[in-house]
Amino acid sequence: MKSITPNKTARDFVAQVEELSHASLSRCWHCLCCSGGCPFSEDMDYLPNAVIRMIQLGLKEQALNCSTIWLCVGCNTCSMECPNSVDIAAIMDVLRQMALLENAQISEPGVLSFHNAVVDSISRYGRTHKLEIMMRYKLSEKDLFSDIDLGLKMLSKRKLGLLPSKVKDKKSIQSLFEMAGDLS
Amino acid sequence: MNQIESQLSYFPGCSLATTAKENNASLKSFLNHFDIGLTEINDWNCCGSSSTHSVNSKLALSLAARNLFLAPANQSLLIACPGCFLHLRHARMELNGSKEKQSKYEKHFDRPYNQNLELIHFFELLVKMSKNGLFKDLTGRLKGLKIAPYYGCMLARPPSMNQEKNHYGLIEKTMSSLGGESIQWPYLSSCCGTFLSVSRPKIAQKLVNRIMKGAINSGAECIVTACAMCHLNLEIRCKPENRLPIFHFSELLSLALEKKASRNWFNRHLINPKPLLEQRKLIPCQKAAKVNGFFK
Repeated sequence: MKSITPNKTARDFVAQVEELSHASLSRCWHCLCCSGGCPFSEDMDYLPNAVIRMIQLGLKEQALNCSTIWLCVGCNTCSMECPNSVDIAAIMDVLRQMALLENAQISEPGVLSFHNAVVDSISRYGRTHKLEIMMRYKLSEKDLFSDIDLGLKMLSKRKLGLLPSKVKDKKSIQSLFEMAGDLS
Repeated sequence: MNQIESQLSYFPGCSLATTAKENNASLKSFLNHFDIGLTEINDWNCCGSSSTHSVNSKLALSLAARNLFLAPANQSLLIACPGCFLHLRHARMELNGSKEKQSKYEKHFDRPYNQNLELIHFFELLVKMSKNGLFKDLTGRLKGLKIAPYYGCMLARPPSMNQEKNHYGLIEKTMSSLGGESIQWPYLSSCCGTFLSVSRPKIAQKLVNRIMKGAINSGAECIVTACAMCHLNLEIRCKPENRLPIFHFSELLSLALEKKASRNWFNRHLINPKPLLEQRKLIPCQKAAKVNGFFK
């Protein structure tokens, strides 16, 4: 009978993900409860449990390149379904951050642009300024016209404020960014 | 522990401060009716939202931690947004579990860390209010209103937090104590799509319309949301044929009171709830009482 042999670096990759996520990968028995519960799984290239399998087998490049890690919104539904309390959302956070640090191929660049626009807004105002986030996101995606009718409707209903709600002590926010190190 | 504090500190979060002002105003107006005062944490900042922990965990902890350090020690901290609640609560768990992190942030913020700061979700406060009998005369106005309670991902949390209080059933309990009728339906804890509504709108649209259709098929007259982000996503990604009025939880609570709900709140909705309100004789006031100078 043939068997699959995890590649030589598998153990290191598992240890790294476990240390950063505080999740236990060996507890996953691939019952697919997480994948069945995940509202986004049908749009992902790999099911959430398949990503866990990739880590177990040391398939780092595949794990960091997949769309699953970017389509995961951290809603924690998977964790509620998991019979073994594996913190799957934390694993996804770790893989995303690893993908950024190691310059992996980002399969959902639009999602990353959105995250960057939000974090950028927080660095500037200490709070999120939705209108500016939307404008920056649309500019970065070179997609100015989809949703424009929606944007105008939201403006007319004053759902999108023109001016941001701001933190007064800007320096204290900047110092948090310095403490956290450079972002992607 | 069922005594209600008359003054709480308050973390509104970015959504309630901006896109969902009507959520904020109705919450304040409702609590004001029961003489519960809220003091916003001075100079609070974003809890980190879904984006920060996606790209930088240290920054996510730091942003949430700043709010915990700014909160006054002698009052419980009320948090209205389930997302902010989860992030602040998670940060507190991380800090309480590590003396090293505590002292790092104590040094950074130059003030002591308060391990015992009580963080309470708006729902927990409602349970206390209900237990204290504050809702017993309020069963008239919402009587028979068929409500689809929508929690979104609010009931889910990471395994490390599974010892924390569970909010399951609280919308139903509160609504029935106010005379409303919560329907049973399958999508009450199905995620609204959060930020994918911006970056992958088709995915969000699919989820939202599944939820909206589910509510319609279950015979609901309206949906009540616990989270301002869900409220926005349901409204903006819903197809015209699946429209159903969506209320913030706090709006429906205020409607249960006489002359407390403001017409301004409902003017901000993208799905017009007025026909339902008129049909149910829940007409909001032209001018609702201003609370803390809010509603400009």
